[in-house]
Amino acid sequence: MNTSLITRPLAALGATVLGALAGMGRLTLFALSTLRHMVTPPFYTREFMQALLHIGYLSLPVVGLTAFFTGGALALQIYSGGSRFSAEAVVPQIVAIGMVRELGPVLVGLMIAARVTASVAAEIATMKVTEQIDALVTLSTHPMKYLTVPRVLAGLLTVPLLVGIGDIIGIYGGWLVSTQSLGFNAATYLQNTVNFLEPIDVISSLAKGAVFGFIATVMGCYYGMQSERGAQGVGSATKSSVVAAAVLILAANFLLTQAFFAI
Amino acid sequence: MIELSNVHKSFGSKQILRGVDLNIPRGESLVIIGGSGTGKSVMLKCVLGLIQPDLGTIKVDGEDVTKTKDRDAFLARFGMLFQGGALFDSIPVWQNVAFRLLRGALKRPRAEAREIAIEKLRRVGLSPDVADQFPAELSGGMQKRVGLARAIAADPEIIFFDEPTTGLDPIMAGVINDLIREIVVEMGATAMTITHDMTSVRAISDTVAMLHGGKIRWTGPVAQMDSGDDPYLQQFITGSSIGPIETLR
Ligand SMILES: Nc1ncnc2c1ncn2[C@@H]1O[C@H](COP(=O)(O)OP(=O)(O)OP(=O)(O)O)[C@@H](O)[C@H]1O
Ligand SMILES: [Mg+2]
Repeated sequence: MNTSLITRPLAALGATVLGALAGMGRLTLFALSTLRHMVTPPFYTREFMQALLHIGYLSLPVVGLTAFFTGGALALQIYSGGSRFSAEAVVPQIVAIGMVRELGPVLVGLMIAARVTASVAAEIATMKVTEQIDALVTLSTHPMKYLTVPRVLAGLLTVPLLVGIGDIIGIYGGWLVSTQSLGFNAATYLQNTVNFLEPIDVISSLAKGAVFGFIATVMGCYYGMQSERGAQGVGSATKSSVVAAAVLILAANFLLTQAFFAI
Repeated sequence: MIELSNVHKSFGSKQILRGVDLNIPRGESLVIIGGSGTGKSVMLKCVLGLIQPDLGTIKVDGEDVTKTKDRDAFLARFGMLFQGGALFDSIPVWQNVAFRLLRGALKRPRAEAREIAIEKLRRVGLSPDVADQFPAELSGGMQKRVGLARAIAADPEIIFFDEPTTGLDPIMAGVINDLIREIVVEMGATAMTITHDMTSVRAISDTVAMLHGGKIRWTGPVAQMDSGDDPYLQQFITGSSIGPIETLR
């Protein structure tokens, strides 16, 4: 009779672990199948163009604002922190490296998770619960090709660009604060930034962008397609997709940073 | 041409279909009647392969639907009106109707596809200015008719209508009944229609099948429906609350 006291929690734990593993397996299969559908015809150009607009272009304002304020705050922090050991002069270099290597990609990735993953998941989940996905199938159109591939490809291509733009705007934010209120010389600041950055900094930044763009869009599509029936299903699909995308982006960021820069 | 034999389907512990046997010859119009929640929509979705049956086989022209080699080509023979319309709400009405004609094997030039869409809309009693509206801007009955126009847009040989006249006014219901009859007679299509509307049943069907308790309870030519001696069938077509069919389900 005491055995149940021991086995029951164990069974619950086992079920949770198995469930998580099965979920990861399904997600991996989904991602692989997305890649496979990406390289096999047909390709829906119109849907892809629309995804470029929604995922890339319309994300510009939020990316720009986030990067601008973060770059400015970063400059202030480094200046005040650096002043504790008379190292105020490193502001341009640290802002550049901090923005390009870490904050640019991570912040853009998280903003995309909030903006794009959520809307993709909600849209696809709504299509699922209103039988639009079934309707697609009966119209001989593969939902992966029509819905997932255009969005994921758009994420893969535009998020690196957004990260690049975010990096530049972030550095600009730092430059503006430094020259306007911290007394830096405008030209010297820029020169220090450019001289300090190395190609690998920029390459790692854009590579992170591509990976985060892939994660954000795949998670939106995956949770949307998995949605249960009803409004509650749509809500929980949206929530899970954003949480999963954000956590995966941060985990991937750690792994990528390690791959690029661990000595 | 469509054969279902011993089809079973459960959702969790809920048994919906418990051995459905049904045969629909080419060019025939079959109407499926049966209580709400008995699994009529599930049955249609099984034939289309949208839901996998747990047991049993479904064949179209002798080919098992779960083992089709070219699914796109298989589905290209079908048109389906979903019970809830299932219109794509991100694209305008005409692109919904012409969906199949704008991509894939049946692709036409855009202008031509639009013309066909407007013509199909006219056949379901919708004026051309509806074409550029979005599905969410239409009334329920209008959405249903757009769904119907989409189902018939590519002139499929097999058409499934899930409650085509629900939510329509009596005159529009008459228009739709005539249209379905016309499609079967003139174009030689095979049709499977689900309806609760007994006027529709009489107007559309060659054969009637009644689904009850997960099985086909009664099937026969529409002319024999009224004289059929099955008490379940009689209760259903007369709409009486007294009879063998329990009203709590
Ligand atoms: N995807 C699903 N998951 C779980 N249960 C389902 C699913 N689809 C249908 N059901 C259940 O199957 C049963 C039959 O549903 P179905 O939609 O086929 O009914 P119906 O005969 O078409 O009824 P109505 O005339 O009201 O449309 C219902 O009890 C429904 O809850
Ligand atoms: Mg139904």
